[in-house]
Amino acid sequence: MELRGFKNRNISPGYIFFEGETKPQTSWDRFKRFSARAVKGELFVGLWIVFREMIKFDICTVQYPLEKIRMSPRYRAIHKLLRLFESGHERCIGCGLCEKICIANCIKMDTKVDEKSRKLVTEYSINFGRCIFCGYCAEVCPELAIVHGDDYEHASEQRAHFGFKEDMLTPLDKFKANKQKEFPGFGALSKDADKFVKKTPLAY
Amino acid sequence: MIETALIIETVVKAVVVLSVVAGMGAFATFIERKVLAFMQRRLGPMFVGPYGLLQLAADGIKLFTKEDIIPQNTIKPIFIIAPVIAASSAFVAVAAVPYFPEFTVFGYTIHPIISDINVGLLFVMGAASVGMYGPLLAGLSSANKWSLLGGARAVIQLLSFEVVSGLSILAPIMMIGSLSLIDMNDYQIGGVANWLVWKQPLAFVLFAIAGFAETNRTPFDLVEFEAEIVSGYATEYSGMRWGLFFIGEYANMITISVLVSIIFLGGYNDMWFIPGALAMLIKVSLWIFLFLWVRAAWPHIRPDQLMWLCWKVLMPLSLLNILITGIVLV
Repeated sequence: MELRGFKNRNISPGYIFFEGETKPQTSWDRFKRFSARAVKGELFVGLWIVFREMIKFDICTVQYPLEKIRMSPRYRAIHKLLRLFESGHERCIGCGLCEKICIANCIKMDTKVDEKSRKLVTEYSINFGRCIFCGYCAEVCPELAIVHGDDYEHASEQRAHFGFKEDMLTPLDKFKANKQKEFPGFGALSKDADKFVKKTPLAY
Repeated sequence: MIETALIIETVVKAVVVLSVVAGMGAFATFIERKVLAFMQRRLGPMFVGPYGLLQLAADGIKLFTKEDIIPQNTIKPIFIIAPVIAASSAFVAVAAVPYFPEFTVFGYTIHPIISDINVGLLFVMGAASVGMYGPLLAGLSSANKWSLLGGARAVIQLLSFEVVSGLSILAPIMMIGSLSLIDMNDYQIGGVANWLVWKQPLAFVLFAIAGFAETNRTPFDLVEFEAEIVSGYATEYSGMRWGLFFIGEYANMITISVLVSIIFLGGYNDMWFIPGALAMLIKVSLWIFLFLWVRAAWPHIRPDQLMWLCWKVLMPLSLLNILITGIVLV
């Protein structure tokens, strides 16, 4: 049975199968290849292509400090601790799952039982010198309390910056201004994700 | 009295040509970045000044204020003098190149050529070839493997293209009967139909290819190809010493563009309604653009491919061209 038939099944148009060039055997073949390559004018095709791009002037540059790319929800940057939308309390219930699952061992938290006999998180810190941004903590969190943000500009003078609870927790004034964005969940797709779906050849 | 006037005139011309060619070379770096960026769908320098125009000044300040480093184990005097050779020989070469038709200012006729010697073309080619000593000496004195390889490649390149450029230019010289660039220009008076490129198309192509090799431009940029030998002979250089290499390269580019325009493309003769000086500027700009264009589009070739191309393809072709020209002339 031909494999090609299976291969063709899921292919969107535009895939070109290239079997490879056959090597010239005789010197006459070699001469033919040389003259074909020399006369074919592929070099001028190259010249035309770059010239066409210059005329079209379809510039893709993002002028970075002035313009920024919006990151996809899947992007894993510096963590954030979110608040409950109803009350404004922090969502973290101090279950310690993130601390447990962290494979780089960089999350540390301290909890105590407060006067209403609820668990209170007193300290929460991530050592970003060790964090590998694997996203397990956000994945395991049952309350969607610790999430990955989209702030990729984490250059700083101190390694400890960003890493404490007061850095990561949504500030109250920002929360009151309704600026806290809900995390769509770990591995969520961006809104225009459908546009980028493309069939790929499946090899059985 | 006439002697003094001549000396003053020559000095003024030399200063003007030096500053204009250096300025044009510096501006060409900006144009190169912009053109390459547009061809790769980028914007190029944008932040310093309007559309990045002042990037030029920023680069100059950077080059001049950089620390002057002479690494350990280098051969100091040669290391210091190599970039000077590269830049100065490029500027010496422009001495015998005419740029514009002669014009009159305050009743005084000015020939825009520093010195009209009767072996002008030979002088230009020779001086430009001396420029290869820059990369060679820099490579040998730098105490660096990349530099050494770059220097060796410079010699390979010189040995390969020099034969082709010399032989290819021989056929036009046979037709014109003079080595003076002004005679070559005057030979093509009378419009586009009289351009030498129609009579010597093969010599034109060969000389253009050799010109690309002489200026280390892209298909033949094996002297300083980044992916193979870091920066070639210039690896250990920084600051203004490196800048001198750069200025020399761009001055060479301008010289080659002017040479091709004068020998093959009608020089500074009037073109249709366009006055000669403007026609010359257009031709030279188009050639500079071609240099940049080719850099954006084409891959570069290996040293052995360069030698193969020059010795086995281009040299026989140029010999054939000379033979045919000779037969036709006789």
